[in-house]
Amino acid sequence: MTGTGSAGRISRVSGPLVEVSGLAGLAMAEVVELGEPRLPGEVVAIDALRATVQAYEYTGGLAPGDPVAARGAPLSAPLGPHLLGGIFDGLLRPLAGAGPFLRPGAAAAPPGAGRAFPFTPRARDGDVLAAGDALGAVTVAGAVPYLVLVPPGAAGEVRGISPAGDLPAGAIVATVGGRPVPLTGSWPVRTPRPVAERLEAGEPLRTGQRVVDLLFPVTLGGTSAVPGGFGTGKTVLLQQITKWCDADVIVYVGCGERGNELAEMLTELSALADPRTGGRLADRTVVIANTSNMPMMAREASIYAGAAVAEHFRDMGLRVVVVADSTSRWAEALREFSSRSGEMPAEEGYPAGLASALAAFYERAGLVTTLGGRTGSVTIIAAVSPPGGDMTEPVTAYSVRFVRTLWTLDRDLAYARHYPAVSWEGSFCRDAAAIGNWYARNGDPGWAHRRERLAAVLVQADQAAALAELTGATALPAAQRMAILAGRLVREGVLQQSAISATDASCEPARAAALADAALEVADACGRLADRGVPADLIERQDFSALLRAKEEAATPEQVRGRAGDLIGRLSSLEADREGGPRS
Amino acid sequence: MSQWARPEFTAVERLRGPLAVLRGVTGVGWDEFATIRLDGGEVRHGLVLEADDDLAVVQVLEGTAGIDPARMAVEFAGSPLRIEVGTAWLGRVCGGRGQPRDGGPPVTGPVTAPVAGYPVNPAARLPPSEPVLTGVSVIDELTTVVRGQKLPVFAAPGLPHLELAAQVAAQATAGGEPFCVVFAGMGLTHADAAAVRAALEDRLAAGELVLLLNLAGDPVIERVLTPRVALTVAEHLAFTEGRHVLVVMADMTSYCEALREVSAARGELPARRGYPGYLYSDLASLYERCGRIDGLPGSLTLIPVLTMPAGDITHPVPDLTGYITEGQIVLSPGLHARGIYPPVDALSSLSRLMRRGAGPGRTRDDHLDVAAQTLAALAAARRAGELAELIGEEALSETDRRYSEFERAFEDCLVHQGPGQSRSLDETFRLAWQVLGKLPRRELTMIPADVLDARYPAGGGPAGGPAGADDRAEARP
Repeated sequence: MTGTGSAGRISRVSGPLVEVSGLAGLAMAEVVELGEPRLPGEVVAIDALRATVQAYEYTGGLAPGDPVAARGAPLSAPLGPHLLGGIFDGLLRPLAGAGPFLRPGAAAAPPGAGRAFPFTPRARDGDVLAAGDALGAVTVAGAVPYLVLVPPGAAGEVRGISPAGDLPAGAIVATVGGRPVPLTGSWPVRTPRPVAERLEAGEPLRTGQRVVDLLFPVTLGGTSAVPGGFGTGKTVLLQQITKWCDADVIVYVGCGERGNELAEMLTELSALADPRTGGRLADRTVVIANTSNMPMMAREASIYAGAAVAEHFRDMGLRVVVVADSTSRWAEALREFSSRSGEMPAEEGYPAGLASALAAFYERAGLVTTLGGRTGSVTIIAAVSPPGGDMTEPVTAYSVRFVRTLWTLDRDLAYARHYPAVSWEGSFCRDAAAIGNWYARNGDPGWAHRRERLAAVLVQADQAAALAELTGATALPAAQRMAILAGRLVREGVLQQSAISATDASCEPARAAALADAALEVADACGRLADRGVPADLIERQDFSALLRAKEEAATPEQVRGRAGDLIGRLSSLEADREGGPRS
Repeated sequence: MSQWARPEFTAVERLRGPLAVLRGVTGVGWDEFATIRLDGGEVRHGLVLEADDDLAVVQVLEGTAGIDPARMAVEFAGSPLRIEVGTAWLGRVCGGRGQPRDGGPPVTGPVTAPVAGYPVNPAARLPPSEPVLTGVSVIDELTTVVRGQKLPVFAAPGLPHLELAAQVAAQATAGGEPFCVVFAGMGLTHADAAAVRAALEDRLAAGELVLLLNLAGDPVIERVLTPRVALTVAEHLAFTEGRHVLVVMADMTSYCEALREVSAARGELPARRGYPGYLYSDLASLYERCGRIDGLPGSLTLIPVLTMPAGDITHPVPDLTGYITEGQIVLSPGLHARGIYPPVDALSSLSRLMRRGAGPGRTRDDHLDVAAQTLAALAAARRAGELAELIGEEALSETDRRYSEFERAFEDCLVHQGPGQSRSLDETFRLAWQVLGKLPRRELTMIPADVLDARYPAGGGPAGGPAGADDRAEARP
């Protein structure tokens, strides 16, 4: 406890809002412990007589007059090698081993307790290091190269570096410039960790989801929002990305969502092998779980805890992805608290600070040069749950403004069992040009052109289909009918991707490109046939299933190209037949 | 729970709506339970909504009507509300707070538990993976309920959602393992409550049911407590006593209205349609209490039933419910108008966990294929129906006409069943295959060929299987 010496008392309790008095020297954002169970809370307002505290646990039974103690530090999270493969609550307290039901104030085991971490020094006593330099490495279960770094603000001569061997989570690895550096550090979660320089992003995150990788990619260090009403497959899409994207570390923040889904994902992550390293996917994942029935205010903190964990790994020179499901539940926690504290509401009862808080959260993404001179990135992918599917509500409207990539999930597509239900009309990627350049420099010069073609085919198909609804498809000119057919080939042969398919849950970039090229080439071939007078209904009646099933059945780009070649050959025989003699 | 007498407080500063503000209170915590004694000996109950120095805001569950602020005394329990839990609840009919309504003594039990419950540790959850069979064909085939799932029923006003909820509560089983039902009625009319009770009489007599009824004429604020009492009783029966427990909560819209009433009385800022901004979290604190837990026996499955005001699925109550629950069962006014019971709209309904709870080793080997094929065929039939509206039934292709026949057979034979009729899984699938037999075999592309060889009805023509006529007669009550 801090040495202010004064006896703090609770003076008011209204749900998560607690007012305390008698604590001199409290600072904003300082953590206090409330009542006998010492529930954690954070100071959010101070006036002459009372301080307002946002409590992170259920406050039932707390009464005016109960004691309060200040912890003397802002809300901080323990950051260390224990994070990988673990599951934590919104304040980064370990959930494994916390019992089946979470009781407020129950003492959680300290992070990483009882475990030993094999440490290898990389510096020697007498070396002079700066913030961000590596003191040593820790061998962890998966393939993540975990480094112990000199923390921001410390620098100088290394003394007392630990020799190679197992260290407990709380060990001091060395002192740097007289400051002890523990294996498990602590960082105030609301403060972004410093970097040397922010870099311009261009390399895409490969997600294994074709609609994302081909049409609406997100850069390493970029941001993406995923708005969608219930039943549109938000959580499934985010879980697919969590499983299959090519990041080094994933921080999954389940913020106010379903417990059963989280349990299912945890089971799958433990069972699935990482296609790139062969280890378990769970070993590269940090799960922060604050399900919808857990205390609401910890939801507010969990988003920042996730960002701090991501920055911790970024500083080691890793590519980190934060998946947050869902920012709407986080915004609701903000609203709940501001409403209880009597703040003047802005739109729909949300506090006026919502927009800036969202913008500041997304700003923690970025491709950077770290203090230690490594290149690392934090990519943020966040779900939004618009009430009633209303895309004009504040959280959705603000998110769309701040992100670089948007994947809007469409209820009609979901209803038609088109998954992932990413709408090509309602989505965007502001970094497409930079990503195109990156692909051009890295072996796929056709990426930008392919993207333009796919987008054009989808738009033309939608226009033709709208016309067909008025006039009937048979009344359309052949070119329009071929546009509709091309749209179908792209939708069913390329964009649709089953999350439960054994072969197609994740798609390699080269195979995705081959599938897209195949659909476009077949569509072109059909267009040419129609131009040369082959009747549209004859072309439409052809069996395209070899192409449409290629995504499930053709394992390699060569096989995809083979199927397309066969199909185009069969199609061109239509013209030959026609030339050979008129149809009966 | 005999205790030292606790101090009573009598300085009532203000009464407004369901709220009483007391002054001069000490040592009273937030969310504490309170007993309010009136002059004539009447006893009411309350919860502390806010504790501010020596002021306590108490929400009176039975309402404040008839209370003279000068003649009331409040005693606080010293903790949030706890109830006694145990198997003694089985076979009992109680009110919305758990007070006996069947003439019996108050329900007692070996231990107490807080009605607010504790959140389940997400790291301790097991993914739901076994079915609860309801004996209702359309649910068992297409939206299988999985143990530990929360699957709501959405209905427009005037549809038989209560009837369906009562039927499911009366018929559901968990494959021969210990099973029981907790039915929480909120804001039910006397007629509805009587119908529910009649449907559940056998289960009640068998000691497999707890019935909590808050009627439409009962105190509105008591409704805020009813689902919590039900879930607390159910959690004990499930995770301590090792039963598979199904909790049915009807009607959640009435519950949310009670919550809105309290919120308005407190002068809170409203969010959508006057409902409080914390409605999502409040509903989640109920719905998320279902599940299976690693290392503990039993399971808790939840079926909330709600009416969508004016049939609007974007209304906050169904919308927020849909965001929390794992799917939904939607009732269709169109089917109801055609006399089909239960009028489940199969295409709008979904059980997200079905893939884990049905299929080989759980229900039947052909279950998932048959369900996927049936839904795909229904979607095709709907497209054919839309086309027929434009160009006329006669102009439809032969295949499209078969699809229309399939849809009618599906509704008449498989969906339609009596409110008291329980169908076994094999009976349901016999009907499902008979209905699929209305389609030409070449259309059944989602079912493997060897399964079709074994199951596709011989002759599979428009006339249907040999037993078709009998079934229709049997299904119509």
